Amino acid sequence: MPILEFQNVSKVYNGVTKALSNVSFSVDEGDFVSIIGPSGSGKSTILRCINRLVDATQGEIYFDGHDINKAGKQELREVRKKIGMIFQHYNLVDRLSVIENVLHGRLGHKSTIAGVIGAYTEQEKETAFSILAMLGLTEQAYKRCDELSGGQKQRVGIARSLMQEPRLILCDEPIASLDPSASKVIMDHLSEINKALKITCIANLHQVDVAMKYAKRIIGLTSGQIVYDGPAQDLSRSKIYEIYQSNEGELITDIRYSYE
Amino acid sequence: MNNYTKQAPKPVGQTSIFTIRKRSFALVFAFVATLFALSSAVANFSTAKGLESIPKAIIWMAANFVPDEKAISRLPNILSKLAETALLAVAVTVCSALCAFFFSLLGTKTTKINPWISRAVRAFASFFRNVPNIVWAILLMFSFGQNILTGFFALFFASFGMLVRMFIETIDEVSSSCVEALHATGATFLQTVFQGIIPSSLPNIISWVLYMVEYNIRDSALIGLLTATGIGNLFDLYYKRLDYASASLVVICIAVMVISIEIASNKIRKVIM
Ligand SMILES: Nc1ncnc2c1ncn2[C@@H]1O[C@H](COP(=O)(O)OP(=O)(O)O)[C@@H](O)[C@H]1O
Ligand SMILES: [Mg+2]
Repeated sequence: MPILEFQNVSKVYNGVTKALSNVSFSVDEGDFVSIIGPSGSGKSTILRCINRLVDATQGEIYFDGHDINKAGKQELREVRKKIGMIFQHYNLVDRLSVIENVLHGRLGHKSTIAGVIGAYTEQEKETAFSILAMLGLTEQAYKRCDELSGGQKQRVGIARSLMQEPRLILCDEPIASLDPSASKVIMDHLSEINKALKITCIANLHQVDVAMKYAKRIIGLTSGQIVYDGPAQDLSRSKIYEIYQSNEGELITDIRYSYE
Repeated sequence: MNNYTKQAPKPVGQTSIFTIRKRSFALVFAFVATLFALSSAVANFSTAKGLESIPKAIIWMAANFVPDEKAISRLPNILSKLAETALLAVAVTVCSALCAFFFSLLGTKTTKINPWISRAVRAFASFFRNVPNIVWAILLMFSFGQNILTGFFALFFASFGMLVRMFIETIDEVSSSCVEALHATGATFLQTVFQGIIPSSLPNIISWVLYMVEYNIRDSALIGLLTATGIGNLFDLYYKRLDYASASLVVICIAVMVISIEIASNKIRKVIM
């Protein structure tokens, strides 16, 4: 039973920039899907159409029984509550503490006024602390976010999305600004969340090897069109060249082969 | 073959960028000089005479503008008018900042209210900003007369227009990324304002308000000349009585206050940023 379905989705920005054309795919509950493709191929646009940070121009998107593109204000809030999002640049409120940022994940579940004054229940605070403990951030709970390292900030981002109790987590290049060891920590957490909590994950990645290691399934995108959609282990090197529209020896991942 | 050590080939028949730069410098210099000569001629202004009169002016000012005993005896009155003017400026700035913050929420792209409302708000603010506060004062004199309200609204309108623009730029710059994340969690408009925009942009916003306070204290003295209120009026009074010593004490007091406010607000800025 697919939790998410794209049917012939197209997106044109400002009436000129074609970002997606006729994209169709579906994602089963509990999947870990990675979207790869060159910059500007439309990876972020796909994720943003799912929670309507941008509106698709054409086509239908179904998530958990909701017709996303037709959702009104209240339904959209219901949808967004169930979808967590993690960003390349973390998108935290840097001047607030870690715990406050984590609790922001509850805003969608609260009345406007409770959210405005930041009135969270004891239950919510306990959950927030246990999520922080799980991600190894207990000691940082009261620090301001601008004092954290990139890897720690991204874990706060993950904690915020987990606070939502989401069905789906969207990750827009979650490790693009991190060093290799912090990247591994983040990817391991995402993988653990996917397996243990059964939360569906869709991650835009631009490291093909990372995508192949962590994702069960890979969607390859070129100029807004899907050119590969299948199991990670079936992605051939020639297909990778096709996705990135380049020739043998021109990709940074080729370096490893030249050492062999 | 090494691509990096090769000299960039000089394009045939093209002048180098350095020659082009030198030429444009010369051109700009010639243009400014001509403009200066032309406008001096039109305004009947002789540079030599202008420079010649500077020493004379200094001597005259030294003789007439040094505060004397009589001027010092007026100090309490001057200080009370000065306080009145400064408080008016602070009150105006705070009121206009509150209004400006509300409008800037409608005008920024960050909150994604509605592109047409945003455009309308920005045009509205631009109008208020581009009419100078002195012009506002002159216009408002017709409706309020020589009254403290004239000064209040003149400063209010001009600072409102200015602050809306500064706030919009600040919010778009420092809050857009976290607000996007809050939108994604399903937060409502007011929740994103109080949990995202205010915490992330407040220090910058306070900094702009402090700047506006400094600016308005200076200008409220000036507008007081026009509306016959506050410290500006006092200056005008002494000046017309040819009591230059007292008038200059007023100027000195204004300068001291403006400078101390500037120092204080720089200190506040350092603490909050
Ligand atoms: N807000 C926007 N306004 C206009 N064009 C955009 C906007 N966002 C993305 N685009 C354009 O859409 C295309 C796809 O962008 P994006 O989805 O960000 O690609 P990716 O994430 O794969 O790098 C690019 O050509 C980009 O310039
Ligand atoms: Mg992107």
